[in-house]
Amino acid sequence: MSARERILAKLRSGLAGSIPRPDDFEPAVVTEPWRYPDRAARIERLVELMSAVQTRFERTTRADWPTRVLDLLEARGIDRLLVATGMAHGARLAAHIEGLAKAPSLFAYDRPIEAWKSELFDSVPASLTTTRGAIAATGSLILWPSADEPRLMSLVPPLHIALLEASRIQDNLHEVIETEGWAAGMPTNALLISGPSKTADIEQVLAYGAHGPAELVVVLLEDA
Amino acid sequence: MNQAARIPAVELSSRQLKANAHEALNDAQLRTNMRTAMDSLIAKRLAVMPEAEREPLRELGNHVRARALSKLPELLERLEARLTANGVQVHWAETVEEANAVVLDIARRRRARAVIKGKSMVSEEMEMNEALEAEGIESLESDMGEYIIQLDHEKPTHIIMPAIHKNARQVAKLFEQHLGEPYTEDVDELIQTGRRVLRKKFLDADIGVSGVNFAIAETGTLLLVENEGNGRMSTTVPPVHIAVTGIEKVVENLRDVVPLLSLLTRSALGQPITTYVNMISGPRKAEERDGPEEVHLVLLDNGRSQAFMDAELRQTLNCIRCGACMNHCPVYTRIGGRAYGTVYPGPIGAIISPHLVGLENAPDHPSASSLCGACGEVCPVKIPIPDILRRLREENVKPPAAASAHPLRGQGSKYSPGERSLWRMWVRLYTSPRLYRAFSFALTRLRRLTPARLGPWTLNHAPPRPASRSLHELAREHLDHDRRGADR
Repeated sequence: MSARERILAKLRSGLAGSIPRPDDFEPAVVTEPWRYPDRAARIERLVELMSAVQTRFERTTRADWPTRVLDLLEARGIDRLLVATGMAHGARLAAHIEGLAKAPSLFAYDRPIEAWKSELFDSVPASLTTTRGAIAATGSLILWPSADEPRLMSLVPPLHIALLEASRIQDNLHEVIETEGWAAGMPTNALLISGPSKTADIEQVLAYGAHGPAELVVVLLEDA
Repeated sequence: MNQAARIPAVELSSRQLKANAHEALNDAQLRTNMRTAMDSLIAKRLAVMPEAEREPLRELGNHVRARALSKLPELLERLEARLTANGVQVHWAETVEEANAVVLDIARRRRARAVIKGKSMVSEEMEMNEALEAEGIESLESDMGEYIIQLDHEKPTHIIMPAIHKNARQVAKLFEQHLGEPYTEDVDELIQTGRRVLRKKFLDADIGVSGVNFAIAETGTLLLVENEGNGRMSTTVPPVHIAVTGIEKVVENLRDVVPLLSLLTRSALGQPITTYVNMISGPRKAEERDGPEEVHLVLLDNGRSQAFMDAELRQTLNCIRCGACMNHCPVYTRIGGRAYGTVYPGPIGAIISPHLVGLENAPDHPSASSLCGACGEVCPVKIPIPDILRRLREENVKPPAAASAHPLRGQGSKYSPGERSLWRMWVRLYTSPRLYRAFSFALTRLRRLTPARLGPWTLNHAPPRPASRSLHELAREHLDHDRRGADR
């Protein structure tokens, strides 16, 4: 008998004569205390919770966001931005900087990690990614990394800028999972990100920028 | 890391709890560090868990875990099938030796030289670092707290905050001594040092190891929570990811993790959620540009199935490893995690360790509790820890040969024939009125013969001396007196 068979046999004998407990999951317990009346309330809750853990918000519009992104890069003296130039938002940003005298260079994560691991780790100061949405209850962004926006884009660069459409903010995690049918098919990696990387492992003193981004900026498109 | 710097496999014997506790109680620095940290964790939890939300949530959390355990074999099979379909390789191990063999096999096949680890208590059970280093493979912890204690050749003293017993000055000295860094007590600078050193290690590692917070059978998903990003690094950057977990960590449905996640992060750290919730459902797909080529899951038993055999003890496996029971435990707060000498300290450690290492190797652990009940009250999945502590105390004084439906490894290790006959006499005395009267008469009349020294009691107390007359006698006298008064 293999370890698998022995473990399963032992567990089965432990359950002999018992019946499985019914599924009495009560969604109200995880949804009702975390409902928000409207978009403004959802935004307010998200901003409050994420700001409390040092997330910065740029509240802007579909028309203005490229300018705001360039401003915040300039303020930090950043001249390179990792962004999916093949996606609509990347193309938009590229079109926006065309003809500008002074603009950061945009480049895409278009190779396998093995081809540029040390470059990604050592010389990418900032990245910009889209988000799938956000959760007001816990103050979390939802990201499903993809071929265009791989997993490490939101982790390795010291500054992570996340684009969020206000209409995509939902009340709570349960609602997200149910309305979007997550159980029917999960991506290889799904992420909830609720602030910049942090640790309190030394004397419980909070320090940001532990292993991931030291700074997270949410560019919130309030009219989208 | 060279051989000389290896962490000793067993730092403290778990049999020496009493001696360790004595030593810890005399360590003023440790007691200050622990008290400060626990007080703050207690306050943080309370601030984010108003009772009206908390109690229905604990109830739901308990039901979710109990349901998962009530169909555990079936869920493990479903999890395995889904993970396999997703491209994850699933391994089963009854013992820590088997689990290490699985990891070493993968490491040899990949010709791995360096392993980077996210935080995993199951890998502590396995002493995986030692197993890898014995084969000449570097195994480095990347969680800041774990990294700090690995530098000091220590084991975690808290399951969530492994270096909670150290202060910034102690960390500063460690970094100065081991990393050649200029001495600084500035926590931000210390963390930046750790980040710099470990980023190189993430780049070079051949294998990343992590634990699992919840394994979801429905979707074949491994869910990990963390604040630092080292867990995401360990599971994304190296070409191979090995997740190790206990067989009890499975839940049935994706939605089942919603209450558990909420309970876990708030009970553990007082956070509405951790910075990262990392849900892994498979290795890198052909079109993807990062993520591991191989993902493995090692399912470890290591004594858990023993707890599973008994309906009461099975509740031990509800645990979601939040550490709230430690934070609220008056014993843990005073002696710290190291004194327990087991991988899991505190109240949950006292009830899980006997299954992992045998009651004979953790004989005093179920007794390291005042039974104040705080652990059971704060447990987010309502494990009746005090009841289970009492149960294990009983199991530990049963005659070793006593028949029992589900014998526990090492049961009866504190059985003493002398003590047992003493209790038998006591039972006779208290169940026979005649004997009892004779005994209390003798006790009250010979009260001056009470010894002046009675073991540890008289170290701090006056010796107990029986009253000159028993309560019975006094009561009877009182009644007689009343009756006489009534007759008059």
